[in-house]
Amino acid sequence: MLESDKTDHIKLLYWMMLTRAVDDRTISLAKLGKIPGTIFSQKGHEAISVGAACALSAADVVAPMHRDLGAYLVRGMTPGRIFSQAMARSTSPSQGRDVNTHGMGDIELGIIGYVSHLPQAMTVALGAAFSFQYRNEPRVALTFTGDGASSEGAFSESLNLAAVLKLPIVFILEDNQYAYSTPSKYQYAITDLAARATAFGLPGMTVSGNNVLDVRRTTIKAIHRARNGGGPTLIKANTMRMEGHALHDSAEYVPKELLDKWKAKDPIANYKKMLYEKKVLNRRTEKLLLEQINKEVSNGEQWAENSPYPDPSTLTEGVYA
Amino acid sequence: MPEITFLQAINQALHQEMEADNTVFMLGQDIGILGGAFKATEGLFDKFGRERVIDTPMCEYAFSGLANGAALMGLRPIVEFQFADFISTGFDPIVQFAATHHYRQNNPLPIVFRAPWGGGSYAGPFHSQCPEAWFAHTAGLKVVIPSNPYDAKGLLISAIRDPNPVIFFEPKYLYRSQSGEVPSDAYTVDLGLANVAHTGDDISIITYGAMVPEAITASKILHKSNISCEVIDLRTISPLDSQTILDSVKKTGKVLVLHEARKTAGIGAEIAAIVSENAFEYLDAPITRVTAPDTPVPYSPPLENAYRPNSDSVIQAAKTLYYF
Repeated sequence: MLESDKTDHIKLLYWMMLTRAVDDRTISLAKLGKIPGTIFSQKGHEAISVGAACALSAADVVAPMHRDLGAYLVRGMTPGRIFSQAMARSTSPSQGRDVNTHGMGDIELGIIGYVSHLPQAMTVALGAAFSFQYRNEPRVALTFTGDGASSEGAFSESLNLAAVLKLPIVFILEDNQYAYSTPSKYQYAITDLAARATAFGLPGMTVSGNNVLDVRRTTIKAIHRARNGGGPTLIKANTMRMEGHALHDSAEYVPKELLDKWKAKDPIANYKKMLYEKKVLNRRTEKLLLEQINKEVSNGEQWAENSPYPDPSTLTEGVYA
Repeated sequence: MPEITFLQAINQALHQEMEADNTVFMLGQDIGILGGAFKATEGLFDKFGRERVIDTPMCEYAFSGLANGAALMGLRPIVEFQFADFISTGFDPIVQFAATHHYRQNNPLPIVFRAPWGGGSYAGPFHSQCPEAWFAHTAGLKVVIPSNPYDAKGLLISAIRDPNPVIFFEPKYLYRSQSGEVPSDAYTVDLGLANVAHTGDDISIITYGAMVPEAITASKILHKSNISCEVIDLRTISPLDSQTILDSVKKTGKVLVLHEARKTAGIGAEIAAIVSENAFEYLDAPITRVTAPDTPVPYSPPLENAYRPNSDSVIQAAKTLYYF
């Protein structure tokens, strides 16, 4: 294996481990009562958000949803800003005005903040893709949505409009088998959601959402196609939501056997195992990675905790530009 | 100055802003090849092509969302809804994303959502609505409703150049029935400023849109009975120009609020509250509201004529108010 390939593997592992570490720390902070709102666990989604975001070029943009923390990190959002957003501080991307990863956009980093109404991010990403086409720029928009959101009308409208206008956009559909408590069998009647793409005249592909290399490889192809005028692609990534819908949800409605089955498919543990087998990773490198991640997370947490809350006197500022 | 119709004034503003700024583009249903259901976008497709005048599929949600994303990336979209009634299918991206975006993310979102609005043409419950209160109740949107060709052009140009999402309702009853002098060059009329459309001393008629000409007609007739009415044309529903309203009320002491939208929780209720809060001691009579009743907009001419206020209903209410 080439040295550059090794570095590349380690980088993917780093982003997934960082995603999980930030997620774990956020949950701890919430349990300590340091987060006024709720949070959405990322467990099970790390390979999708990291793999897809790593397929982008610097000038591209991403419009994520609430299980795509990895994409924020890959695009350069620091753990500190992520913690400060959850902790409702004035230094957060929304200046304490929006909750958890909602409204955590940063246009300089090519990140568009989302609103709760999934799959609205798909429609906003259409507009970003449209602006690239309009200005004849070789840029691409990447957006994420979920199995539950795929039942909304805006999902179908977006696929259709993207196909009709041949927009440079890639849609990632994360099928994590549950929309809050509603299992897939009550969400859709077809076998594979990727087939929906065909109905609108764009390619639909299915990847293993727990395999970061598979996700990235397929996203790279779709982005290449979009960048070269080939139009949109829908990529459906299978995974399992390993925690409840949000922090308050113990998710007892999910069968234990299902979780056990998917625990064995953990995207990070399996990738690590493969890297050990290929001798890309060794104990020393893993230790160094962990140390670096812990430092970043702890520094970020400290910075967020030291950040001030927004001043109530600013309440009515900025309603209009 | 050349005299043109309300519709031509809109069309002229669109042509001139598209010419002046190549980040301005339009999207909506049947706005390109057809030139719009009312011909408001006539000639734009031929001049600017499909790249900038986009006939979309029927998908108000997706194309409103597209406008959000395009604005975020530095373009200035003008979205046309074929009728104000159909804005409900694109409601979510407007009130959830566009309206809140600057407050949450600090990025300007310059978008104009245009729509032919209001009744008077016997078009039934789904081609006659006045949904401005939905949007006035949402923080972060500007809501503009012009009443004459001069304002229509100047306000639309201001809306296109504004850094915020603007809901721009065009009273379709006035499209061809109203003509007026309009400068051929581009000019702006400031958003957020009401206009004293007719001066008077006894009663303040506070109104907007297609009810402004009805109020002016009523005022002229009432003048013969020695009742002097001042007509305030709000022009912008959100944010409201409280100052102009209060200045007039303090002068007349009697208030008649007039709109063709329904009564309950309408703009008139807000105006009544503003007057009560700020000029209670100047009032010589209770505030009168002349509005449509709380029903859907009916189709049959005798029904719609009874539904929609006009100069006669204004005269009647003004007389009652005057002799209070």
